[in-house]
Amino acid sequence: MAYGGLAVPIIVMSVFWGVVGGVLPWLVPKGPNRGVINTMLVTCAVCCYLFWLIAILAQLNPLFGPQLSNETIWYLRYHWP
Amino acid sequence: MGSLFRSEEVCLAQLFLQSASAYSCISELGERGLLEFRDLNPKVSPFQRRFVGEVRRCEEMEKTFTFLQQELRAAGRLPAPCPESPRAPAAREALRVQEQSEQLAQELREVSRSRSSLRDRLRDLRQHLHVLREGQRFTSLPVGPGVPAGLGREPILDPSLHHHLDRKINFVAGVIHPWRVTAFERLLWRACRGYLVASFVEMPEPMEDPATGESITWVIFLISYWGEQIGQKIRKISNCFHCQVYGYPESEASRTEAITRLHGQIQELSTLEETEKYLAEVLDKVAQVLPTWRVQVQKMKAIYLVLNQCSFDVTKKCLIAEVWCPVRDLTQVQDALRQGSVSGSCFVQRVPTTESPPTLIRTNKFTAGFQSIVDAYGVASYQEVNPAPYAIITFPFIFAIMFGDVGHGLLMFLFALWMVLYEDSPRLRQGTNEIWLTFFEGRYLILLMGAFSIYTGFIYNECFSKATAIFPSAWSVATMANHSSWSSAYLATHPSLTLDPNVTGVFQGPYPFGIDPIWSLATNHLNFLNSFKMKMSVVLGIVHMGFGVMLGVFNHVHFQQRHRLVLEFLPEMIFLLALFGYLVFLIFYKWIKFSAADSRVAPSILIHFIDMFLFTSNAENLPLYPGQVPVQMVLVVLALASVPVLLLGTPLYQWCRQRAPRTVRPRAHDFAEIFMHQAIHTIEYCLGCVSNTASYLRLWALSLAHAQLSEVLWSMVMRNGFVGLSYVGGVVLVPVFAAFAVLTVAILLVMEGLSAFLHALRLHWVEFQNKFYVGAGYKLCPFAFAPDTWE
Repeated sequence: MAYGGLAVPIIVMSVFWGVVGGVLPWLVPKGPNRGVINTMLVTCAVCCYLFWLIAILAQLNPLFGPQLSNETIWYLRYHWP
Repeated sequence: MGSLFRSEEVCLAQLFLQSASAYSCISELGERGLLEFRDLNPKVSPFQRRFVGEVRRCEEMEKTFTFLQQELRAAGRLPAPCPESPRAPAAREALRVQEQSEQLAQELREVSRSRSSLRDRLRDLRQHLHVLREGQRFTSLPVGPGVPAGLGREPILDPSLHHHLDRKINFVAGVIHPWRVTAFERLLWRACRGYLVASFVEMPEPMEDPATGESITWVIFLISYWGEQIGQKIRKISNCFHCQVYGYPESEASRTEAITRLHGQIQELSTLEETEKYLAEVLDKVAQVLPTWRVQVQKMKAIYLVLNQCSFDVTKKCLIAEVWCPVRDLTQVQDALRQGSVSGSCFVQRVPTTESPPTLIRTNKFTAGFQSIVDAYGVASYQEVNPAPYAIITFPFIFAIMFGDVGHGLLMFLFALWMVLYEDSPRLRQGTNEIWLTFFEGRYLILLMGAFSIYTGFIYNECFSKATAIFPSAWSVATMANHSSWSSAYLATHPSLTLDPNVTGVFQGPYPFGIDPIWSLATNHLNFLNSFKMKMSVVLGIVHMGFGVMLGVFNHVHFQQRHRLVLEFLPEMIFLLALFGYLVFLIFYKWIKFSAADSRVAPSILIHFIDMFLFTSNAENLPLYPGQVPVQMVLVVLALASVPVLLLGTPLYQWCRQRAPRTVRPRAHDFAEIFMHQAIHTIEYCLGCVSNTASYLRLWALSLAHAQLSEVLWSMVMRNGFVGLSYVGGVVLVPVFAAFAVLTVAILLVMEGLSAFLHALRLHWVEFQNKFYVGAGYKLCPFAFAPDTWE
């Protein structure tokens, strides 16, 4: 899989959590629990999206690389693409 | 959103009840469970209240019911729970219940008594019979050659052989408890040695001990002695040992006659069977009606206790009750009163009050768990914003940050799913273990915690401490090896080497979902993860606290205190954002702007932040962006300027308002109190911002602890199972896996789960809620009939 840098993951995740937090609340059927369900959807979307965003931005420009043992290097050199 | 967002409107109301229909009205209201009654006679002792006689009558009936239930239990029957809930009985019906219950209790007592006396008599007769029969063994002539060898000795005691002797042989026969046999024998020998012969034999069948009720194999003894004094001594000794002594006729003929007579008497006691049958019938009747009666009388007692709280208006012949009633239910209350009263003469009237009403938040089985953890800290004040709807998601999310592991989260999720799917099963609902009940009550909470832990586990890339490469890793070892010509010989002499992201092609971009799997293989993985997790904790903490401050806006608007929006909310927000919002900005900016190329000179955010407060600068720490120093100065000045606004704004505003001639002037020390309160709030808020931000670092600390524990468990326990790659190794793997599983559940799921739960709770209660929540209210406890519980 070609690394599309930041663009592809950001678009996919933003669209996904955007749908969860912005579109699904409109589709919840009217009832006594509508408010609670909407709050849950929006809160969940914000929390999960923020958490993922922090994880990917922290790795965007690494200042240092991983330090591997020689056995790991022997293995990874040939077995990982 | 309904009442989960803020508590419902509750009003004070007065009920006017005609004394004739008061009982049925309260019964109706109790069935619906809407109102909380206030005690209008607080100074009256319970013995002087109006309906104390009726309450006493109910308690007497309950005493009778307890006796009946004890009898049922003694007979081994379990009372069945009442299937449907009967209404409280009217006065006439209550009288009938009382009469019937007393009659049944009387009957039961009589039947039990006669039954026990019959049984005693039967036991007595049977013991006598056995004594006579067994005694025959020692005193009868041998029947023929078929005599069993066990009898051994010659029947030297047969008086017919010794009739020529002067002395007359007498007998004492009876029954003794098996444990006392040796002592009895010894004492007999010491007291009358040589003048008696005692023989003991066990009874062929065990019989009930009248004292303890247990079944014991009694020992029959037969003592033959010479002389009257010896006889007296023997009888005294048998008395001491509580033996049951029976007459033992001397001649064979009279013994056989006695035996036949006893047989006849035992047959006559067939009435015992009929007594038992009658007793069973009575118990059946009791078991049928007792559950309903119990519930009825409980309801009646509750109604009279409530009626005792009303004030009785003698002149108008009506009762007045003061209640807290949710405004939404006023029509239902009116309905209930109309149903309960004979002529529709009872009504409810709303009454204005300055007291703070109780808090009512209606929950369903899902939201009840989350509301209870908020209420555990403090019940919401009347109509203030309720943190529970947000806690439904933020609490499991913050738990999951500290617990993040796909495998552990999955186990937790499945456990909670089982509880949720089988929540209606009576076996689960009626457990009595307190710890199990705690887990069961929080099943939806655990379900969400498990689900979020799976998500954060994927982001941390940890599944039972192992990383999964769902997408291929972004770090290419091959490129680095080719670039730095790492030959096999070179690798053999260098035990550990570092990948350099400055080399093109080594680092290909950020891992699309979560942490790159190569970090779990790296020896310096903690360097990266610590930095990532600490910054994550700070960012999430500041966002959480900012959200808390914004929830305060709803309170200010609802309680008509719009001045607080400008004088409290704005300075609070400016303080938080200028200092800590800027910190979040610095974190994100450094992530985006600085890469491996400037890794040698990358600035330290922490030193910049400290220098910002001290208005100094460090020459070695390069600025993150041009113009950083003046921007920071402006922000600090802005934040410091907001502190006096927060401190003095609201008190001055209230003082100015009171100086206007249209309102009453407060006393001077009221203003001092307001000022003191605001000063405390300001200090708490400003210092709290700093300390609470640091407090959120526990998210980092606990997630690090969890990751390290699970790694240790894997490398020191499970890995040893994979050492032997043979059939023997396969067998060894089974106990190793058992140990791994037990330790995972005990340490990582239970202990770490409880720990993360506790810390997430603390973060909510203290760091989040002290930005907007007061929590000084009390709950509305409506008068409702409690479901009957059988002990």
